[in-house]
Amino acid sequence: MIGPAFDLLLALIVIAVALAATLGRDNFGAVVFFIVYGSLLAVAWTRLGAVDVALAEAAIGAGLTGLLLVGALARLSRLEVFSPKPPGAGARALCALTAASVAAVVAYALTGLDPDGGGLTETVAADLDRSGVQNPVTAVLLNFRGYDTLLESIVLLVVLVGVWSLAQDRHWGGAPGLAQHARPDGVLATFARALPPIGLLIGVYVVWVGTSEPGGAFQGATILAAVWLLAAMAGLTDAPSVTRRSVRVIVIAGPALFLAIGTVGALAGTFLALPPDHAKRLIQVIEAGLTISIAATLALLVLGFPQRAPP
Amino acid sequence: MSLAALFTVVFTSAGLFFFIAGAVGMIRFPDMHSRLHALTKADNLGLGLIVIGVMPQVDRPVTALKLVFIWALALVASAVTAQLLARSAAPPDLCEDG
Repeated sequence: MIGPAFDLLLALIVIAVALAATLGRDNFGAVVFFIVYGSLLAVAWTRLGAVDVALAEAAIGAGLTGLLLVGALARLSRLEVFSPKPPGAGARALCALTAASVAAVVAYALTGLDPDGGGLTETVAADLDRSGVQNPVTAVLLNFRGYDTLLESIVLLVVLVGVWSLAQDRHWGGAPGLAQHARPDGVLATFARALPPIGLLIGVYVVWVGTSEPGGAFQGATILAAVWLLAAMAGLTDAPSVTRRSVRVIVIAGPALFLAIGTVGALAGTFLALPPDHAKRLIQVIEAGLTISIAATLALLVLGFPQRAPP
Repeated sequence: MSLAALFTVVFTSAGLFFFIAGAVGMIRFPDMHSRLHALTKADNLGLGLIVIGVMPQVDRPVTALKLVFIWALALVASAVTAQLLARSAAPPDLCEDG
């Protein structure tokens, strides 16, 4: 009785918050509602038993994307674009048509699902022994359908290149973002000194348990990125220039390692296939590499493109 | 109702009371600093009471430790953000060092 009532209430609040985020005229309010929406979705995924997705939604959907949007808002107000011209009737009709079409396709796909079926759950469970890990989500993401994860990590790289390409020529070679000023003995600086040991431990833990329990590279990497961003915001460390070779190597290392292991698999028979005897070790190596690259990429995305002239 | 269940109901209800009080304060208080006060004080107490309340329901002691750890992190995070928000909203002549 209480369970279904809670779920129904949660679903209604999620829809209400989504409407508030999209229909509101105020940009800041829309961003705040978007973050609340992500947090509530994480609760909904937990109710559905999808703890891996809930972690990713809370860390990336609500946390990191929210931070990116807040940063974009701050930049808009610095550029003094307070109230852009409202779109015309044609543009609005086109947006409404696109949104309605996507909604219709999703609704159609939803009706095609078997309400009692578990999809591919049984297939995954049957082959779980040969995947090298005990968490079925990790087995699918790193082994059975490794190319999804590989492409995701490459998409992140492409996005980072896109952000960097917004830099002006005179700033190229300089540090990303604006210089941060915080009192060296202030609350933020003290917090940013105390939290990193805890954040690093939790981030590595979330990646490590990913082979047997909910967790994984993306979720852990977001926590590690947050640690770096906190230190950068408190002015304790400055972001490295994006033209440095070490920065390039770190953001490419994870996807390159994944691709290399996948290519060895291709030579042995199937691209991205992991031999069952070595699957666990290989998945741990790939996850470790991906974690470092994703953490650096996410943090660099938030820090932004170079905005300061090189020294 | 078992003793453990009764304990949980009493403490989580007390926690919810403080959450509601914090939410009411957030809506009713006139300015940012008093709203911040309502949110960061009452909600932390509420979260602590709820953590104590679910203690008898956890399966392993380490889960209980994790819950206390989460509460401690929430305490520190809200204390810091409250300071930062209050400072950013304060009139410039109030803070001697900006």
